Amino acid sequence: MEASAAAVECNENLNDMATVEVRSIRKEFAETCAVDGIDLLAKEGEFLVLLGPSGCGKTTLMRMIAGLEQPTAGDIVIGGKVVTHLPPRARNIAMVFQSYALYPHMTVEGNISFPLRAAGMPRDQIERKVAWAAKMFGIERFLNRKPRQLSGGERQRVALARAVVREPVAFLLDEPLSNLDAKLRNSARDELKHLQRELATTMIYVSHDQAEAMGLGDRIAILNQGKLCQVGTPQEIYRNPVDIFTATFIGSPPMNLLEDKDSYTGFRPEDFLPKEIGADGNTVSFPFRVTRVEYLGADRLVYGAIEGRTAATHVISKMPTMLRTEVKAGQLYDFSVRQEDIARFDRSTGARLYGARQ
Amino acid sequence: MTPFSARAGKAAQATGHAAILVFFVTFLAFPFAWMVITTFKTTQDLHNVANNPYLFNDPPTLDHLRTLFADTAFVQWLANTAMVGAAVVIITLALAIPAGYALSRMTGALGQSLGVGIFLTYLVPPTILFIPFARIIAALGLQDSLWSLVLVYPSFTVPFSIWLLMGFFKAIPRDIEDAAMIDGLSRFGAFLRVVMPISLAGILTSIIFTFTLVTQEFVYGVIFITASSNYTVSVGVPTFLVRGDVYFSGSMMGACLIASVPIAIIYNFFVDRFVAGFTGGAVK
Repeated sequence: MEASAAAVECNENLNDMATVEVRSIRKEFAETCAVDGIDLLAKEGEFLVLLGPSGCGKTTLMRMIAGLEQPTAGDIVIGGKVVTHLPPRARNIAMVFQSYALYPHMTVEGNISFPLRAAGMPRDQIERKVAWAAKMFGIERFLNRKPRQLSGGERQRVALARAVVREPVAFLLDEPLSNLDAKLRNSARDELKHLQRELATTMIYVSHDQAEAMGLGDRIAILNQGKLCQVGTPQEIYRNPVDIFTATFIGSPPMNLLEDKDSYTGFRPEDFLPKEIGADGNTVSFPFRVTRVEYLGADRLVYGAIEGRTAATHVISKMPTMLRTEVKAGQLYDFSVRQEDIARFDRSTGARLYGARQ
Repeated sequence: MTPFSARAGKAAQATGHAAILVFFVTFLAFPFAWMVITTFKTTQDLHNVANNPYLFNDPPTLDHLRTLFADTAFVQWLANTAMVGAAVVIITLALAIPAGYALSRMTGALGQSLGVGIFLTYLVPPTILFIPFARIIAALGLQDSLWSLVLVYPSFTVPFSIWLLMGFFKAIPRDIEDAAMIDGLSRFGAFLRVVMPISLAGILTSIIFTFTLVTQEFVYGVIFITASSNYTVSVGVPTFLVRGDVYFSGSMMGACLIASVPIAIIYNFFVDRFVAGFTGGAVK
């Protein structure tokens, strides 16, 4: 078992504290503030996803961790060492780019061995490590090919092998799956998660795809307009969003919001169900005028409006198809939500209001 | 559509395709063909308007080449041109590669205006520039020396090559450099080991263009060089092979052929091969 021997050897090289931390980090470009004072810690062996809409600063944050951008203020700590002013090569991190960024003039073998050759590793050791990485990703057959002779999925594996081969303190992945077609993406997501479990290396993963983030992340950090909105496990983020942005960004369709005098009342579409099948206990019901029903196979999406209110009241209910209750457009129904599934948000700040119930 | 008319349509398409191809091949190859014919044609044959100009009406002759090599310092001129060309290529690359790379990575307004500024210097014609250059050459004591040309020619080859290389460098995705820096190289190392090999086609193209520009330059050569042993091909050939109103057409065409064929061959062999899909597969 040569491969596992190499793996053991690598683990010895790993720093004891393979954590990645940013402290009050800021990045200003000419007139905009791309990252606005973020504190975040990726724990050892953790799969942390940076999730946010495009332009939220997640890629800039990752590039600062990699050392490709200098922060305007704040510190970056990798493996317990402040690396803010060190160049990328001195940080012992590996990065997988959205575009894969393979070296087109080198063979697959040359690409994978590149970081090892740059580090001046002896040739026999390089050969062993390349063989180990190639085996891990099943690309031994392609070692002598050039990147242009490979398919998208194969290139992605080469990019991952190049990142893995040097046994970094942490992996940074910048939407590495977004160039794959939908089918390949699912299996690649699976393999990535498996890989992370196997290597037990800290991974920071940038994504704008919430399904990817929920599926992969041990924890998710939600970013918006350069600020960190919330960090937590997928469940925490989904069930207990701390503000309106997180509540509406996560979930498809997003959380329903009802406008009140000084707050918003929010509940998830799948918690908003016909009253007769609603759970017992403390529920709140609403008169729901259905305008449209979409049949999606496993679910029905029921669009409509809550009657008897003045402000915007358009809401959606997501009913599992196993609920046979008949719902027709144009009809008025009684729908209800369990009290504990209702969240309230401050109208001006968007922050979650706790305690006070309606 | 009947099978017959479909076939006729296809044939017409193929004929049209071939006609366009024939036109362009003729158009582009004609100067070379003319050089070859004239080099080996007797002067009487060439000057007789009753003869078909595309055929050898008299038997081919080597007289013109003999004149070129025996009665002029053509070999010396070739050597001079090669020496000046090589020196100018080295100077040009040393300046244009870093400048082109820097300009291609400077995305702000400053980079833009710098690029345009450099291009503008290329537009100043030698007929104006030679006046200040003459003073500089005199001050340096380089009159009648090939080094004067080595000094002056980069004034047009450098801006030209900067623009050429800028295009090539811009086509290289930044991700590749970023990846190389994360993989353990400095920015300079990434430039040397990743950017340079990928842009080899651009560097070769700029070498060939620089060399071609040097080979065809006339104004500076005729102004700064007086001794015939220091002439370059482009100055020596018209000076020695046009005597009064007598044109030694055969020898001139021979000289042009010898000077231009190697460049054409190098270009065809190297550049086409390197340009084709060299950056393919880097991204996506």
